[in-house]
Amino acid sequence: MENITQAIQGVPLNHYILLCTIIFSIGVIGVLIRRNAIVIFMSVELMLNAVNLLLTAFSVQHNDPSGQVFVFFIMALAAAEVAVGLAIIVMIFRNTNSTDVNILNKLKW
Amino acid sequence: MINLVWLIPLFPLLGFLINGLGRNMLSKTVVGFVGCLSVMASFAVSVGIFLELNSSETKSFIIPIFDWISAGTVKIPFSFLIDPLSALMLLIVTGIGFLIHVYSTGYMNHDAGFGKFFSYLNLFIFFMLLLVLGSNYVVMFIGWEGVGLCSYLLIGFWFSNTAYASAAKKAFIMNRIGDLGFLIAVFLIFTTFNSVEFANVFPQAANMVSGDSTLILITALLFVGAIGKSAQIPLFTWLPDAMAGPTPVSALIHAATMVTAGIYMIARSNILFTLAPETLAVVSIIGLATLLMAAAIAVSQTDIKKVLAYSTVSQLGYMFLGLGVGAYTGAFFHVITHAFFKALLFLGAGSVIHAMSNEQDMRNMGGLRKKLPLTFLTMMVGTIAIAGIPPFSGFFSKDEILAHVYEHNKVFWMIAVIGAMFTSFYMFRMMYLTFNGSFRGTTDQEHHLHESPASMTIPLIVLAVLSALGGLIGIPAVLGGGHWLENFLAPVFEVSKSKTNALTLDHTTEYVLMALSVTAALLSMLYAYVRYVKQGHIPANDRTDRGLLARLSYNKFYIDQVYHSFITRPLDTLSGFFYKTVDKAGIDGIVNGFGKGAVEASKSFRLLQTGMVGFYIFMMVAGILALLFYSMYKI
Repeated sequence: MENITQAIQGVPLNHYILLCTIIFSIGVIGVLIRRNAIVIFMSVELMLNAVNLLLTAFSVQHNDPSGQVFVFFIMALAAAEVAVGLAIIVMIFRNTNSTDVNILNKLKW
Repeated sequence: MINLVWLIPLFPLLGFLINGLGRNMLSKTVVGFVGCLSVMASFAVSVGIFLELNSSETKSFIIPIFDWISAGTVKIPFSFLIDPLSALMLLIVTGIGFLIHVYSTGYMNHDAGFGKFFSYLNLFIFFMLLLVLGSNYVVMFIGWEGVGLCSYLLIGFWFSNTAYASAAKKAFIMNRIGDLGFLIAVFLIFTTFNSVEFANVFPQAANMVSGDSTLILITALLFVGAIGKSAQIPLFTWLPDAMAGPTPVSALIHAATMVTAGIYMIARSNILFTLAPETLAVVSIIGLATLLMAAAIAVSQTDIKKVLAYSTVSQLGYMFLGLGVGAYTGAFFHVITHAFFKALLFLGAGSVIHAMSNEQDMRNMGGLRKKLPLTFLTMMVGTIAIAGIPPFSGFFSKDEILAHVYEHNKVFWMIAVIGAMFTSFYMFRMMYLTFNGSFRGTTDQEHHLHESPASMTIPLIVLAVLSALGGLIGIPAVLGGGHWLENFLAPVFEVSKSKTNALTLDHTTEYVLMALSVTAALLSMLYAYVRYVKQGHIPANDRTDRGLLARLSYNKFYIDQVYHSFITRPLDTLSGFFYKTVDKAGIDGIVNGFGKGAVEASKSFRLLQTGMVGFYIFMMVAGILALLFYSMYKI
């Protein structure tokens, strides 16, 4: 256990930041270019978790546990959001037989 | 008695309220009774006050009614002034007013607006009394505006006729121009003397040097007010048009009382004018020009009331000429005599019009002497009086003015005598055309011809007596009289008199002057007799070609047309420009432009809401990125 912690602390902060940026960018790009509602949802989760990871990394770096506490909150929030979001997606699917977000373009102008 | 002065305006006001509120409920008898009685009561009080003033030692009483405006140093009480000038004016207004009220009960008997007419008439008397009684310029101004309002209401009494309604508007607007001058003058008086009270202003003014620029400005502005109210050049064109009103109104407002308000006001402010000789010069020139021009127009008019209207303008010109040469007493004397004979002539003309079933064109009259003997006789008295033939009243007042004018300027005197010749000519022309010769109207009118009822003839007779004998109050020393009027009015004009030269004409000159003007009047009377009785000349109809002078006179020197082209039309164009270009296109354009811009912009911006979720997300990310960059570069 000690080793793992030391191993984690051995990784320089830059690497965390780089990894988080990559994951976050993948999330953003996923949200932008995909049309499937579920995939968009998953991309949103990616972004959230990228941020979570970053928070944890900084928390360790600064020896401040409040960052990790904050992560728990985000996870709880994400869970709630997924519950609501998935319910919406299920309803969309029932009504349109599809999860393509571009079908839902009735509400305009 | 003098303490009861508040009763004088109160009676007509009550009459106005009763008749005005009860015009649809009260019977014509009651309305007429209330209307006449209220003025009669005022007349009785006025007579009492006059007698008391005549016998009293002090000649000036100020009776405060209530504190009106009291703000800081500004104190304007609502108070009345009784002095010889206002006492005489009270007698004229209420006395002649009463006679004309009585006359109206007969003249307006068939009119549907009988109650309305009497309430307006009473309201007019009320305002006129305020004008006369006010002890400061502000109370005077209320009356001044009020009579203008009543004049407007009564000219447009038959407002369903568009021409009459426009005549009323014309009178009101022209009066407004003058009123503005008066109002500014009052402001100036206040800033200069720190008071508008006559009793404070005049003693202060008396200490100023003659020709002071402030005084000249004040008097010039006051005179602008007088020009509007008393129908002088250039604002005289409203008065002939004002004949659209019922004839008693023409007699009361547009001959005897309201139009003389300008003269009254100048006579009241005589000290200011005496110390502004430049203004007085302008007053005399305007008066002279008006008297000649109006008389020249009157000689060719064919509407009986138009002749009298221009005659009124011309006689008012005489009064202003008199004021201009410093003959305040003479001018006011002429106000009094003119009130008598012009009211008489108008009422007589009303009687003729009444008999002729509302025909006013003298070309359709003629030979009425047999049918309307009383009207003829009384009008003849008025005509002789206005023509200035002794011993009737007009002679005395006109000759007093003429004597002063002669002393002042010989050329002015010449022109004034020519004006007097015109006066005599057009008046006798009117009489001969109306009463001599054979009847030229329709047979229907001929059958209808009748002498007017007693309610109309009695005022005529009373006024005829006054016109004949009215001159006796001012017989000059040269004719062996004591000139009671001059002595009576002396306290009012005392200070002015001490600052001007007294009349120094010797008696021979005065006799010659009188003889000349009387001869002139008789000559033109003779000419009128030859032309209209011997030769039986009838004025030609509108389409006939006339010589240049006749055309100018017949068309009133084209003054209305000139005003129309040079004032009304440019103003109209300017208003059109402001309306269409500045207001509609400019201001409205800007306001509406903002609205349109918002609508148009929203039309294109709302297209952003495509309904594509992907696009929304893209915009959101773009927005977040933009915010991110913004916060990074800002800090």
